[in-house]
Amino acid sequence: MNFPLPSFLAVSASNPWTYVLFGVIGFAFGFTLEMSGFGNSRKLAAQFYFTDLTVLKVMFTGIAVAMTLTFGAVGLGLLDFSQVWVNLTYVPSGLLGGLIMGVGFIIGGFCPTTSLASASTGKIDGMFFVGGGFVGAFLFGETEKYFTNWYNNAGYYGRLTLMDVFGLPAGVIVLLVVCMALFMFWGAEQLEHIFGKKDLSKEPKLRIYAAGTLFLLALGVALIGSPSTDQKYSKATILRTVDDKPVKYSADEALAQRLVQIVPAELFKTRYDQKVRLTMIDVRPEADYNLFHIRGAINIPAPQLKAHIPSLLATSAANSIYVVISNDETLATQAWKLLVAESLPNVYLLEGGLNNWIAVFGKTDPQIQPLASSLDEQLKYSFPAALGDRYTCADPDPIENEKIEFTPRIQLQLKRDKSGGGCG
Amino acid sequence: MMTVSTNTEKKGLFGRPEKPYVHPYFGGTVLGIVLFLALFLTGNGLGSSGATTRLVAQVEDLISPAHVDQTPYLLKMAGGDKNPIDDWIIPVFFGALIGGFTSGTIFGRTRLETTKGPNVSDRKRWLLAFLGGVLFLYGARMARGCTSGQALTGGTTLAAGSWLIMFAIFGGAYAVAYFVRKMWN
Repeated sequence: MNFPLPSFLAVSASNPWTYVLFGVIGFAFGFTLEMSGFGNSRKLAAQFYFTDLTVLKVMFTGIAVAMTLTFGAVGLGLLDFSQVWVNLTYVPSGLLGGLIMGVGFIIGGFCPTTSLASASTGKIDGMFFVGGGFVGAFLFGETEKYFTNWYNNAGYYGRLTLMDVFGLPAGVIVLLVVCMALFMFWGAEQLEHIFGKKDLSKEPKLRIYAAGTLFLLALGVALIGSPSTDQKYSKATILRTVDDKPVKYSADEALAQRLVQIVPAELFKTRYDQKVRLTMIDVRPEADYNLFHIRGAINIPAPQLKAHIPSLLATSAANSIYVVISNDETLATQAWKLLVAESLPNVYLLEGGLNNWIAVFGKTDPQIQPLASSLDEQLKYSFPAALGDRYTCADPDPIENEKIEFTPRIQLQLKRDKSGGGCG
Repeated sequence: MMTVSTNTEKKGLFGRPEKPYVHPYFGGTVLGIVLFLALFLTGNGLGSSGATTRLVAQVEDLISPAHVDQTPYLLKMAGGDKNPIDDWIIPVFFGALIGGFTSGTIFGRTRLETTKGPNVSDRKRWLLAFLGGVLFLYGARMARGCTSGQALTGGTTLAAGSWLIMFAIFGGAYAVAYFVRKMWN
């Protein structure tokens, strides 16, 4: 089974259990916060006077445990990280918003979820905080239009993780964060001893063993590492509807049965489909791309494709379709396998490559002459100049070819709309 | 004659003896497991400030749908025939309310009171809690998530922006803490 469960990525009226599951998650969340003391504003505020660092301890224990388990599950191939919501990075709005939240925290004594735990247990100040929260959310909605460009574009890095920032594998980052958390706990206890006059000898011995266990688990995560592309590819599945029934194919089956190779005519028609967001990825070397390419195709040479996957994933929408293009099919098939392994949705490749495209649309172009070449992945046509997409058949006439016929192979599989996830 | 229930007597649902809070590392471990299960099963983490915004958008959509359609921020959630409260964060929000109430009641902490420092009046505390709520949610929407959605969830998924926001929250609070110390100590 693949996690996260596809039917639970979002709530949906067609599956009422989704509401129940998210409700139970919320219940457990509220319960945990209350029992940790987060319904009491004084306990929360004490964090900022170094007398009681419960906030830091609970938060970082939570992060360290959840992170170790999550990346352990990713490393074991149980969890598909590309389907896990990762908050998008906006540097200036995040920084300023964070600072404002900090001021709200120390003045109000709560953060939004802890105020729920407080208000629901009869704390009047918690209720006032919740009420103020509604006003704050209202004010933001009404004032966002004055800085909407800054808010939506400034310092935007998409789905950026600490792994990308430091260029380290996930397991190593997990280990480092756990070490940092354990060091912070040690420091927090020293501060509580100094400022809060806490007797550390009364703290349970068990916490030392728990810290050791957490460290060993994180070390394990670092040693397992992330699953390789081949491992991910062997688990990839392609869903198709055949006679109104959903059928699941492995990626290799889909390739062998030619479910993902679309003919030039279908690509041509898809370019005019307003309902989908088509991205044509030309994976040939730049020289070939400059010589000739389909208008609108972007050039990511095959060796660089892997580096572009995070940005492709970050910008993919529910109606995105990707078509990989090379001169024939060999290079495109390799690129297709890589993209499918990394869970990019709706990836196809051009059947017969550009040689086939020119054979269909470029027959009448006097500038393009057929070449006798039997080598794979080589253009079978000669071009008078590197005109790129300025040849007629780089953008075939939509009126002339309106009635072109083909058997459609594209079936849009709706995956998570990345803009809908998260707290935002 | 009825006496006010003390903490040692057991009287009904709201008179249960008050228990101490759990140890922070234990609470944190449970929190981590809950957060992991949320990410593992649904791909979404935890959150709550998004629900506040969506509830506000819902009310505005009921009062003035035309205004919603002209406000870019609300348009994304409630524009046209979009239903702002059809989102996973809404059941999480109400679940958290019920969960907090359940824990508080079981451990004898559910009662009408104000949690505050010893040197501040109830009214002043309420006013500042309200102001803090306004500021916090304004900041949370600007940062696209609060302590739960950004710091906790984004921290776990190792989102770079979330770590930045987490330090900004602590930084903002520590920077101002000295000036409002009379409120808490």
